Amino acid sequence: MKHLDEYRDEKLANALVARLKATATKPWVLMEVCGGQTHTLVRYGIDGLLPAGMEMIHGPGCPVCVTPLETIDKAIALAGMKGVILASYGDMLRVPGSETDLLRAKARGADVRVVYSPLDALKLARENPGREVVFFGIGFETTAPPNAAAVWQAARQGVMNFSLLASHVLVPPALRALLGAEGNRVQGLIAPGHVCAIVGLADYHAIAREFHLPIVVGGFEPVDLLEAIVMLADQLEQGRAEVENQYTRSVRVDGNALAQAMLADVLTVCDRKWRGLGEIPRSGLKVSAKYAAWDAELKFGLTDRPVEEPKECISALILQGRKKPPECAAFGVRCTPERPLGAPMVSSEGACAAYYQYRRFEAERELVEIGR
Amino acid sequence: MCLAIPGKLLAKSEVGGLLRGRVEFGGIVREACLDFLPEAEVGDYVLVHVGFAITRIDEEEATRTLAYLAELGALQEELGEAASRPEMGDETAAMIPVEAGHEAS
Repeated sequence: MKHLDEYRDEKLANALVARLKATATKPWVLMEVCGGQTHTLVRYGIDGLLPAGMEMIHGPGCPVCVTPLETIDKAIALAGMKGVILASYGDMLRVPGSETDLLRAKARGADVRVVYSPLDALKLARENPGREVVFFGIGFETTAPPNAAAVWQAARQGVMNFSLLASHVLVPPALRALLGAEGNRVQGLIAPGHVCAIVGLADYHAIAREFHLPIVVGGFEPVDLLEAIVMLADQLEQGRAEVENQYTRSVRVDGNALAQAMLADVLTVCDRKWRGLGEIPRSGLKVSAKYAAWDAELKFGLTDRPVEEPKECISALILQGRKKPPECAAFGVRCTPERPLGAPMVSSEGACAAYYQYRRFEAERELVEIGR
Repeated sequence: MCLAIPGKLLAKSEVGGLLRGRVEFGGIVREACLDFLPEAEVGDYVLVHVGFAITRIDEEEATRTLAYLAELGALQEELGEAASRPEMGDETAAMIPVEAGHEAS
């Protein structure tokens, strides 16, 4: 496919690796924020091509993974209500709540539907006027405007049996929490390209200044990521801490103004609990008062019931980039995508799922070698 | 979740005040909402995320990036060959120019 295949070219990738090896003189530690980028790195073995000592830490950019247990419990409770159709993106269905997950709730008779777009959920509402359709909307700044647009259209078309259970999160507050935490090792950051395609680069300029941190907005293909890593190594070697854009074909400096306006109209900033990271002030988005009639939390009077995370799951440390999935005793044994203990093993963007999909045999081989 | 796929815009239409487009992804055609990208023209490549076109792929920028990378590739190849000759040592690699070719944004 055009605009994908070119960025999977082995020759270009090799050239970038050689360039990186010629550039990097120190064991720089970089973080990629987005789970999509994590999957590319692990899938193509890019982390293994880095010069000795250089390391990629995987960031918290997996919205499924950071959705708190309490919110998943709310979705499961909603799905069990009479007359409710609960619609969400496929990844959400297998994420374990405190007792069960949406897929099991569906097996027990709840009407849970997988949709590709929030507009599909809105369509469900129009087609089922006697039912209440709740769209469980998660995601970062990339997904928030489309979800907001579904609410905006519902309001415009007078579709009153549609509502949004919003669990949106914002990247910059989480980054500030991670970068400002004691023991932070991140020296350079690959910023999430599709988030920046919406919001632009202003927030990242501020972060680069605050933490004296080189930031490169990166794409999602192997050549994109290698180029972003080379650009970060250049900055680090030269002592610069700027925001650069590797993904110029898709990211404009100011982002997408129409998407930003939609987001600002329908959603409003709120404090949000992140699974694994805890409560972060002003790090989430909820439905604004103007659209209260389409806010599932208000419509169904949902309240938070704090619950404990499963003890064996180290997803908190994974999401903070402090541990890698194979370091978890349950990885691939008591925790698999079929029977996950935590969300990072479920989501197509979760770090544990990436290692399970592409690296689990390596982990097994190492275990066998240790066993000898 | 932030996965967005590049596709070619085949047709634009307006349905009930909403802008829709037919977008082709490697042979598969799907409908996408163009409300965030009304300036997209038929023939443009757009990135589609959860049914919404979120940005237009800038062909000029894509060409520029690929040309830069191809140049880097050619350079590495030349240096690689040079490095394999006995009279050239490992320090050849350190001679690769450091100018990045990227503007700070």
